[in-house]
Amino acid sequence: MIELNIKKLKRELPLNLMILPGFIFIILFSYVPMAGIIIAFQRFIPAKRLFGDQQWVGLKNFKYVMSLPNFDNILWNTFYIASLKVILGLVVPIVIALLLNEMKHVLLKRSIQTAIYLPHFLSWVVLGGIFIDILSPTNGLVNTLLNKLGLNSIFFLGDNKWFPYTMILTDTWKDFGYGTIIYLAALTGINPNLYEAAQMDGANRWKQTIHISLPGIQMVIVLLMVLSLGNLLNAGFDQIFNMYSPMVYESGDILDTFVYRIGLLDAQFGVATAVGLFKSVIALILVSTSYYFAYKFADYRIF
Amino acid sequence: MRIKKRLDWFIMMNNIFLILVAAVCVLPMIHILAISLSSSAIAATGTVTFWPKEFSLTSYEFVAQRKAFWDSMLISLQRIALGGAINVLLATTIAYPLSKEKKDFSLRAFYAWAFFITMIFGAGLIPTYMLVKELGLIDSVWALILPGAVPVFSVIVLLNFFRQTPKELSESAFMDGAGHWRTLWSIYIPISMPAIATILLFSLVGHWNSWFDGLIYMNNPSNYPLQSYMQTVVVQKSFTTLTPEEAKVMAKISDKTLKSAQIFLGALPIICAYPFLQKYFVKGMVLGSVKG
Repeated sequence: MIELNIKKLKRELPLNLMILPGFIFIILFSYVPMAGIIIAFQRFIPAKRLFGDQQWVGLKNFKYVMSLPNFDNILWNTFYIASLKVILGLVVPIVIALLLNEMKHVLLKRSIQTAIYLPHFLSWVVLGGIFIDILSPTNGLVNTLLNKLGLNSIFFLGDNKWFPYTMILTDTWKDFGYGTIIYLAALTGINPNLYEAAQMDGANRWKQTIHISLPGIQMVIVLLMVLSLGNLLNAGFDQIFNMYSPMVYESGDILDTFVYRIGLLDAQFGVATAVGLFKSVIALILVSTSYYFAYKFADYRIF
Repeated sequence: MRIKKRLDWFIMMNNIFLILVAAVCVLPMIHILAISLSSSAIAATGTVTFWPKEFSLTSYEFVAQRKAFWDSMLISLQRIALGGAINVLLATTIAYPLSKEKKDFSLRAFYAWAFFITMIFGAGLIPTYMLVKELGLIDSVWALILPGAVPVFSVIVLLNFFRQTPKELSESAFMDGAGHWRTLWSIYIPISMPAIATILLFSLVGHWNSWFDGLIYMNNPSNYPLQSYMQTVVVQKSFTTLTPEEAKVMAKISDKTLKSAQIFLGALPIICAYPFLQKYFVKGMVLGSVKG
């Protein structure tokens, strides 16, 4: 028995050695920072170093954050912007994929696909720069058009009424092409005989969509819906950070931008870590739940 | 007959609608390109739409002479080369053992959980920042590469690809006396080239587009990668990287054309790589996200 085990160990040694560098990296850059979460319970002074002799303050940082008058607002902004992004991010790709699927002209179809994926690959620095320009209230492209139509200019990035919706729409604009790919792939997997049979029975385009296309991609829809549950607190730091300003903190400040400002700009490390931990814990619950449901309903396994 | 006509009507409207959708996706880029190629005076009036007016290359000439722009470009190139290589190397050496079954690799479940947990729980900004600082990586290009050295999503894509490789191939290699390293190198890697190309592209695009880590880990702006540099110039409108001579020239060019030129140059590598990206991303994404 022991001999057998030694043999097994020897056989598996190369596999262990192979995975070791990657394992060391995640220990150092994922698990050590997790231990660093203790900052949230300290009056952290950077000069005394991480894991150094810091003063412990219990839950004081959390109490301080909760007492901030705008914290509820930030929490609400995060959830509101993120959930509308999740909803549009599910619906728009399904609609576009269904419409693209009806398109017969192959070259045109492919050109349109090429055009709609492009924004996904550009960074929010590039796209933020572009949107700041075309949404400008003075002579941006969009407002020039609105004025020509006889409408007043809108300060999309400086007006609290408009800012969240500008974020939601531009984010959907960036990423709907990416989601469309998945649904299109699923749609092409549907047996064409089903459509032929339906046509014989006199089903029109709408009936075919309801009774064949949608049920055909049902599993994919359920899976992506469940997985997107994990994003309910991801309002999109990269995007908002590049497009917001103090003028729209009221409607556009989210947990991640708040953590950045109080942590790295105001150097309140303990408080910022506490907010970060608060978000990570809720995200953990959301993501685990989503994976659990995905596993249950769609037999989705990650590893 | 009547039905047929109505269907054609639908197709036409559908085509027009989708062409409009596609136009909305690309026109902002074209607008920026048109502004960057227009004279600064006319750009400032806001009348340039999708075609340059009073064609001028002044902005590009100005950018071409900016040392800070080229320095940051060099740092970005260094970053994508090192980062891409390390990401692919680690993804491969993690995915191969994890693609084995439990009977061949007793600790598989342990490692799989260790990597999985990093996907569902993050320590957050401040502890990670403090660690990078404690490790003395501030102002070093390694601060941009090491914290994200393990690309977990790429590991999953590659892992699924390895699993689909016929077992007979590796079994016959073992019969011939090859070990795991040799099997990986001479059987799995050659057969998985499409998947490896996919994850390499994932990581190159990711590294090229990253800007926030550069912003926080580089104290000295001369160490910024291109996207961080652009963030300060285009979004923050900060001109701390500007020399006095440059400031003089700047006064003559409108801010708008200059910004547009830099935005376009920052996006250009991605646009050039786009045909490959499209080809591999579609495959990799469908493989990685919906394997069912």
